[in-house]
Amino acid sequence: MSHSEKKRLLIVDDERQIRKLLRVILETAGYAVWEAETAEMGLSETIHVQPDGIILDLGLPDFDGCEFIQKIREWSNTPILVLSVRNSESDKVKALDLGAEDYLNKPFGSAELLARLRNILRRHTQNTENPVVSFGNVEVNRVARVVHKDGKEIHLTTKEYALLCLLLKNLGKVVTHRQILREIWGEGSEDFTHYLRVHMTHLRQKIEDVPNTPRHLLTDSGVGYRLVE
Amino acid sequence: MTRSITGTAVRETVPDSIIEMADEIELVDITAQDLRERLEEGNVYQGDRAAIASENFFQEPILNALRELALRYTAERVDRQLSSLRHGQTKSGVWQSGERLMVAVDTSPFSTQLVRWARRSASAQDAPWIAVHVMSASPLTPESQAQLDQNLALARELGGEVVLAQSENVPMALVQVAIEHNASQIIIGKPRGNRWRYLISGGDIIDRLLSLAGNINVNVIPPSEEHNKTKPWLVFEPPPASSFHEYSVALAMVAAISFAGLLILDKYYLTIGLFYLLGIVILSLKIGRWPVLFAGFLSAVTWEFLFIPPKFSFRINNTEDWALFVSLLIVAVVVGQLTARIRTQAQDEHNRERRATALFKLTSILSETENLDDALTKAQKQIDETFKAHSAIVFISSTDSKPEIHPASSAKLDNREQTVANWAHSHRRPAGRFTDTLPGSKGFFLPIMRHDVSFGALGVFVPENEILTLQQRDLLDSFTTQIAMVIERFHLRAASERERLLAESERLYRTLHECVSHELRTPLAVITGTIESLANAKDETSRQELSQEIREATQRLNRLVGNLLDQTRLESGALKPKLDWCDPRDLVNAAIKGSEDVLKHHPYEVHLPDDLPPILADFTLTEQAIGNLIVNSALHTPAGTHIYVTAGIDRDGTRAFFTIADDGPGFPQEMKDRLFKKFARGDAAKAGGLGLGLSIVRGFILAQGGDIAIGENPNGGAITTLFLPFQTPDKTVRHESL
Repeated sequence: MSHSEKKRLLIVDDERQIRKLLRVILETAGYAVWEAETAEMGLSETIHVQPDGIILDLGLPDFDGCEFIQKIREWSNTPILVLSVRNSESDKVKALDLGAEDYLNKPFGSAELLARLRNILRRHTQNTENPVVSFGNVEVNRVARVVHKDGKEIHLTTKEYALLCLLLKNLGKVVTHRQILREIWGEGSEDFTHYLRVHMTHLRQKIEDVPNTPRHLLTDSGVGYRLVE
Repeated sequence: MTRSITGTAVRETVPDSIIEMADEIELVDITAQDLRERLEEGNVYQGDRAAIASENFFQEPILNALRELALRYTAERVDRQLSSLRHGQTKSGVWQSGERLMVAVDTSPFSTQLVRWARRSASAQDAPWIAVHVMSASPLTPESQAQLDQNLALARELGGEVVLAQSENVPMALVQVAIEHNASQIIIGKPRGNRWRYLISGGDIIDRLLSLAGNINVNVIPPSEEHNKTKPWLVFEPPPASSFHEYSVALAMVAAISFAGLLILDKYYLTIGLFYLLGIVILSLKIGRWPVLFAGFLSAVTWEFLFIPPKFSFRINNTEDWALFVSLLIVAVVVGQLTARIRTQAQDEHNRERRATALFKLTSILSETENLDDALTKAQKQIDETFKAHSAIVFISSTDSKPEIHPASSAKLDNREQTVANWAHSHRRPAGRFTDTLPGSKGFFLPIMRHDVSFGALGVFVPENEILTLQQRDLLDSFTTQIAMVIERFHLRAASERERLLAESERLYRTLHECVSHELRTPLAVITGTIESLANAKDETSRQELSQEIREATQRLNRLVGNLLDQTRLESGALKPKLDWCDPRDLVNAAIKGSEDVLKHHPYEVHLPDDLPPILADFTLTEQAIGNLIVNSALHTPAGTHIYVTAGIDRDGTRAFFTIADDGPGFPQEMKDRLFKKFARGDAAKAGGLGLGLSIVRGFILAQGGDIAIGENPNGGAITTLFLPFQTPDKTVRHESL
C-alpha cells in the first residue's frame, strides 16, 4: 500500500513514549503517521501534511490544546481526537465544544483508540447519510421519521426523535450536553440539563431492552451522550 | 533642683538613672563668662533664642550655681568610686547594714524632691529603696493624679521599687508596707498647714506614724520654700458634683424638723434639739460630710433662732442653753465626720469588691473559652465594660516586631499609638497616657507579659476628660496578667499540639512511604517480570496469560495513582463540585463499568427503581465515590462474595441514596473508628491499597453536601450508604418539557 491510499494521521503530543506507542498501534492498523512535539509544530504539520485526522494531547508545552483546536477550526474541518486524563471533564467538554470530534482517557486501550478513530474518520467519508440506519434491534427511517424496534413501530415525541437523530448523526461519537441542548432546545437553553435527563430516560425506556443498563444510549461521565451500535 | 535655681523647667534632660548607670562621667567644664560669650557668638542657640536664653537662663549667677551643682555631683561620684576601690568592693556589692529605705509619695510636687532625696540617701548608704503611695477611696483630681503619676514614674526611673497600698489610714498602711518590705527607714514629707483637720481625722500623720513605727526610723523632710508656698494655708476642696442635691436634702430635712417643731412641740425646745440631732444622724447616713456639716450649722442656728428662748432672736440668755447650742454644733460635726469616714470605708470596700468581682468574672470567662480568639474577644469586651473605655490588644511578633491588632479591639490604633504599644511591649513597662513615656498619646498601654516574655500590649482609651485612677490601673494590670496567662496557656497548648502533629506526620510519613513504595513497586515488579517472560514466551496461551497479568498490574497502578491524585485534590481544597442534573442510573452504571476489572470474581446485582428522577450532583465525583465503594467491596472480600448496588430517594423525599452492600465478612472490628482516616487499612487487607478509598469517598460526598453511613448487614457483610441532598426540580420545567 502506498502512502497516498492510506489515511494520514498527525499525532500532537510532547511525550515521546506516547508518540512511539501511538505510531506502533496506528501503523499496525494501516495508517500513515506524522508526529509533532509542540502545538506550533502541530499547526505547521497540519498545513503541510493535510492529515485526515489529528490525535491531540491537551497538555502541550507551548500552548493549550484548546487553543490549538480553535486555530485549526478557523480554516479546517480535520477531525480531532483529544487525549486527556481522568478528572478533567471540564477540559474535555471545552475541547469538544470548540470542535474536537471525540476524546479518549489516558491510559487507553489500543482497541478503543482504533474504534474511536474509525468513528471520527467515517463521519467525514460518509457525507451522504443513509436515510435508514439501524443499531442493535432498532431501525430508524429518517425519511419517514419512523422508528422500529424488533419490527414494531415505537412512538417517540418530537424532542425524543430529535435527540435520537442527533446522536445517530454522530454515531459512536460523544455529543456534549451543551451541543445537544443548543441543537434541540435552541440557543440559551444550555443550562437546562434537567430536560435532557428526563428525555433521555424516556428515550431509553422506549429503545433499550434493559433501560437501567443501556447498551446503545450511553452516558459519558460528566461530558455527554454517545450512541453505539 | 535645677528648677529652684533657674526658675524655669529644663526640657533638654537626661534621666537621672542614665547618669547613675553611666560607667564614666566626663565633665565638660567652662566658666560662666566663657559660656555667655559662646552664647553671644551663636554657638548654642541661634538668633532670637540666644538673646532670650541669655536674658533668662544664662544669667551669670545661675550659670555659676549650675556649674557648682555639676561639679559637686561629679566630685561625689568620684569620691564614691574611690571609697569603693579602697574597700576592694564594687558598687553592686550587697548592702550589709540591712538598711532599706522607704519613701512615702503623695500627690504633691514636693514628693519629687522627696524621691530624689531618698535616692541620694539610699545610694549614699548603698541600700535599696522603695517608694510607697497609699491610695484612698476618694477619687483624685486629674491634676493630682498626673502629679502622682509623675512622682511614681520618677521613683521607678531612679531605680526605686514602687509599692501601692490601699487604706484610709495612711500611717498604718505605711508601717505595714515598711514591715512587709523590711524597710528600716521611712522618709516622709512634713505636711503643710491646715492642722485643724487632724483634730478630726485623729491627729497629725507624722505623730501617728511615729507612734506606730516602733523601731523603724522616721525621717521627716520639711518642704522647700517653693513647695510650701504653692498651697494656701487652708485648702478648700471644691465639693463634689452631686452635692447640690445633697445640700437640698439637708436643707429640706432641717426645714421639715423646724416646721414640725413649730407645729407640735413648740414648748419643748430641748426635745426639738434632740430631733435636730436625730435629723443630722439620719442625714449623715445618706449624704456627704460637707452637707452634713451644713445641716449641723443650719440646725444649730435655726434651733437657736426659732426655739431657744427668747424666740426669734439670736440671743441666748442662760448658760445651759449655750452649752446645748454648742454641743449640738459639735455633735453635728463629729457625727458628720464619723459617718462620712465609715461611708468612705464602705465605699472603699464596695469598690474593692467590684474590682474583685470584675477580675473574677474575667478569670472565669478566660478559663472557660476554648480558643484564644474567643478568649481575647471576651476579655476586651469585659475591659470595655469595666473601664467604660475602648481597648485594643496588639500582638507583636517576636521575629519581625510587626504589630498585629486583634480584630475584636474596639479602639482604632494609628501609627503613633502602635509605636507606643511597641514601646510598652519591648520595654516591658506601661507607656502612653498617664505615664512618663509618650504621655501625649491617647491610649494607656500595658505590656501583656508573663515570666518576662511579652506577647504584645493592651491599650486602653478613656475619653479625654476622664482619667484612669491608680486603682483602675492596678486592676487593669491584673487583667493584663490574666490575659497574658491565657495567651501563654494557649501557646503551650499549641506547642504541644504541634508536637503531637509532628509525631503524627512522622508516623504518617513512614506509613505513606512504606505503603506507597510497596503498592507502587509490586505492580511495577509484576510488569517488569512479565514483560521479560513475554519476550521468551513460545505459545499463544502463555502470551495471553502474561498480557493479562500486565493489564491487571497496570490497572492496579492506575487506580493507585488516581487515588493519590484525588486525595491531593481533596486536601489542596481545590475541589469544587460542579452540580448538575444526573441520572442516578447513569452514575451507578458508570461506576460499575469503571470497576469491571476487579468484579470478575464477584457476582454483583444492581437494583434501580424505574422511576428514579434526576438528582443534582457532581457526576464525576459521585461516580468515583460509588466506584471506590464497589472496588473496596470487591478487594476486601473473598472471591464469590455477592455485591449489591441500589439507589433511590428516601421516604421523606429530601435525600437521594446509593447503597453498596456485600455478604462478606464486614468491616474489621478494629478499623471501625478510623475507617475514614487516610492510610487506614484493615490489618488483614490482603488486596493492598493505600487505605485512601473511604477517605476519598467521604471527601467527595461531603463536598457535595452529602453524608456517608456505614453499617453491617444483619446476616454479615458491610453496607455503605451515600446520601446526597435531593430536591425535585421545578415542576413547571417538567410540564413544559414533556
